Amino acid sequence: MMVKKNGLLAAGAIAVAASLALAGCSAGSSSSGTTSDADSSTLTVWVDADRAAVLKDAAAAFTKESGVKVKLVQKDFAKIQEEFIAQVPTGKGPDITIAAHDWLGNFVSNGVVQPVELGDTAADYQQVAVTAMSYEGKTYGVPYSIENIALLRNTALAAEAPATFDDMTAAGVAAGTEFPYLVQIGPEADPYHLYPFQTSFGAPVFGTNADGSYNPDDLTVGNAGGEAFATWLAAEGAAGRMSVNLTGDIAKEKFYAGASPFLLTGPWNVPDAQAAGIDVSVDPIPSAGGQVAQPFVGVQGFMVSAKTKNAIAANEFLVNYIGSEEVQTALYDVGGRPPALTAAFEAASSDPITAGFGAVGATAVPMPNIPQMGKVWQFWGVTEAAIISNQGDPVELWQKMTADIAAAIQ
Amino acid sequence: MMTTSAPERDRAQIVAAKKQRQASRIAEAASAGIKVLLLKVLLLGIVDAISVYALFVLFIKQDWLVFGLVLLVTIIVNVIYFRAKGLPAKYLTPGLIFLLIFQIFVVGYSGYIAFTNYGTGHNSTKDDAVNSLILSSQERVPDSPSYAVTVLEQAGAYSFLVTDPDGEISVGNPDAPLKPVTDAETDASGQAISLPGYTTLNFADIVANQEAIAALAVPVSDDPNDGSLRTPDGSAAYLYLSDLVYDEAAGTMTDAGTGVVYTEDPSQGSFVAEDGADLQPGWKVEVGLANFAKAFGTDSIRGPLISVTLWTFAFAFLSVATTFALGLFLAIVFNDLRMRGRNVYRVVMILPYAFPAFLSALVWAGMLNPQFGFINQVLFGGAEIPWLTNEWLAKFSIIFVNLWLGFPYMFLVCTGALQSIPGELQEAATVDGARPWQVFRLIKLPLLLVSVSPLLIASFAFNFNNFNLIYMLTNGGPRDVTAGVNVGATDILISMVYKVAFVGANRDYGLASAFSILIFVLVALVSIISFRQTKALEELN
Repeated sequence: MMVKKNGLLAAGAIAVAASLALAGCSAGSSSSGTTSDADSSTLTVWVDADRAAVLKDAAAAFTKESGVKVKLVQKDFAKIQEEFIAQVPTGKGPDITIAAHDWLGNFVSNGVVQPVELGDTAADYQQVAVTAMSYEGKTYGVPYSIENIALLRNTALAAEAPATFDDMTAAGVAAGTEFPYLVQIGPEADPYHLYPFQTSFGAPVFGTNADGSYNPDDLTVGNAGGEAFATWLAAEGAAGRMSVNLTGDIAKEKFYAGASPFLLTGPWNVPDAQAAGIDVSVDPIPSAGGQVAQPFVGVQGFMVSAKTKNAIAANEFLVNYIGSEEVQTALYDVGGRPPALTAAFEAASSDPITAGFGAVGATAVPMPNIPQMGKVWQFWGVTEAAIISNQGDPVELWQKMTADIAAAIQ
Repeated sequence: MMTTSAPERDRAQIVAAKKQRQASRIAEAASAGIKVLLLKVLLLGIVDAISVYALFVLFIKQDWLVFGLVLLVTIIVNVIYFRAKGLPAKYLTPGLIFLLIFQIFVVGYSGYIAFTNYGTGHNSTKDDAVNSLILSSQERVPDSPSYAVTVLEQAGAYSFLVTDPDGEISVGNPDAPLKPVTDAETDASGQAISLPGYTTLNFADIVANQEAIAALAVPVSDDPNDGSLRTPDGSAAYLYLSDLVYDEAAGTMTDAGTGVVYTEDPSQGSFVAEDGADLQPGWKVEVGLANFAKAFGTDSIRGPLISVTLWTFAFAFLSVATTFALGLFLAIVFNDLRMRGRNVYRVVMILPYAFPAFLSALVWAGMLNPQFGFINQVLFGGAEIPWLTNEWLAKFSIIFVNLWLGFPYMFLVCTGALQSIPGELQEAATVDGARPWQVFRLIKLPLLLVSVSPLLIASFAFNFNNFNLIYMLTNGGPRDVTAGVNVGATDILISMVYKVAFVGANRDYGLASAFSILIFVLVALVSIISFRQTKALEELN
């Protein structure tokens, strides 16, 4: 008899689950939003764990002033892009999400974000941050941080910042360490970390339009500067200074162990270096090709869902709360990345490390946020790796890569 | 045992009769009892109540397919539990419903995706696409000032009370362009805050009606080309011009700036201009067999598809063969009673099994680094052997690492199977003069294979889709840079699907689903053939 009862209980539970699940399916497939009006005064915000604590205070202040509740949902940052694109069309996504600027092209071509009007506050942000958050002339996000790589110098091994790449190599050799300088490469290379050297030869990936946005039809990567860069890469590889065996982990460890005075890296590795007892200084990246070595800038910020029912509340929260100096400074305190708001950045610059990265970032360029960039990565890295390991004529390989990218973008 | 003696037959009959009595007793106990009946009514009541609710919702949404399914399932569930008979059905139903939802539906839905263009730029409905295009075509007029705005309400319609940067005050709504007013009340800063005859909305009111207010576009003059004011936050308004105009009846989008007309193309799921340019985003449509045509018809996909398929079979077969050989060998060695300290060895042997394969692959990738890795540095005295960057060495490394990861499982399985083989068989064979190798080959191995074959087939299917190992160890590389496709020497089908479908900007879930169906067909074929073989093995006994 017990058996019977349990069976029935289970059956009941399952049938309930079944009908709910079926109802759920249908809700998902129906297109017209049928969210009840009771939700209209709750803002749902997707945020990663580090940022959640800071936003809690901002959210509370906002709720107090406007009466709009803010629900913070913690997400794994790496998964937000996929989930946002998958969920917004079903109507289940958030009103606001934290995002990296280079997701923007993907978001816009999927129709999941809507423009944010920064209004007159646009001038209060670092120019590069607003440019990064713009796509086809419209601003889609409120930026909060800027990050880029710079040259980390072990002051005990090299007393002065090198002016050019040759100076750096010479100083590295003079220091008598295992490596004259370190940059992470890995089996599929690392175009992100090699990019400043590439730009110093005058070969950015895309040309730019008049408004500073990237033009996917103008593939400048294959110009004469690009060929010179390829030749230079092959030479560095042949000299053994660059190697595909130097992965990020190994490069980092070698630097911490004092095996080189220089490491090209971002702010994320500074705390560990300091913990390893190294007195680091942050310097501009020395030019290899004569022009300014411009690294990529990554900007993080908040974007608004195209299907939000709370557009006004979302805008108000982003522009006036996330865009406030207090919140931007608080976000800097937990993340260590220079703030996007100029006033907050200036306050944070009292720290020489932040100031150092900020100075490099001021000369840097935003990572392209156009969707075509996704097609570039898959050819870029393997070609650089092949050139560094001298698997063929560098100029031919480079031109082959340019042709492949052009074909993939079409 | 072809013939049965009479007493035995009697005994069988008695047992059968006993069982029947037992069964009927249980059935009686189950069907009787007012408490049980009440409970049954209560539980089914809950189920039915929820079903009726779901049916209402579905009825309103006019989602007839799901409506019919829910109705059918509810009726079937009620019939099954109210019938006195049909005990098996009562136990089977919950499982079947689970199967339906979590297996059949999921597989069916994935299959359906293979026939759509679901992916980047086509991930929602046409309404969403239109909405999103219109939203992002609103462009703020360059260098236009910001206007202070107060939202007014009159008889359910909203108006903007606008104070322009020069202090001029005007009022307007979507149907009536801005016109100057003089009787507005202003605050200390000179901003107009109310107008006789209208109600001023405070922020809470604005938030409560934000959808309507955010959609308001108040033209600044009778000429639509002058643009209209919109407010993103209810307190400041900006001058916008819209590029795109949607004509629902004609199904066209017109770019007001360039005059280009984009016509709806239902076969492609997007608005397409005459010159072939389309607007992003589009929407999801069924495309029939287009994804399969793409998989086999595009040179850049078909070529790699063939070589990758061959390597996938080689990889899966070699992985199973090597791990099984080593596992079996070790199992036989440790099954020998003469071996001392067997338990200690067994624990050590299981260790690779205890680490997550995911992590192990990463660790191995580090150890196989040509310049700094443990293998070259310590075992080969600094020789820079390109374990993961040479095409053939990479293939070897993959199989080797998979051997390291996989043999403990085979060892466990074989140990268990060996111990179930009766010792008398071996004794009898030895007495008959068989050598140990003969005993193994003619007696133990066939018996072992009977019980292990299904696991070998499962293991084959698992390795066929062993994405983790490939992704973590080589990421499919090394790649031939001159090939121009994002597929490397060690890519197996599943990692190729991942790359074709998900790496890069254009995610193509439709194509990925089509590939998944192909993989499913391949694995199913191999499994069917293998199971046939297994059956033949069983008949040996």
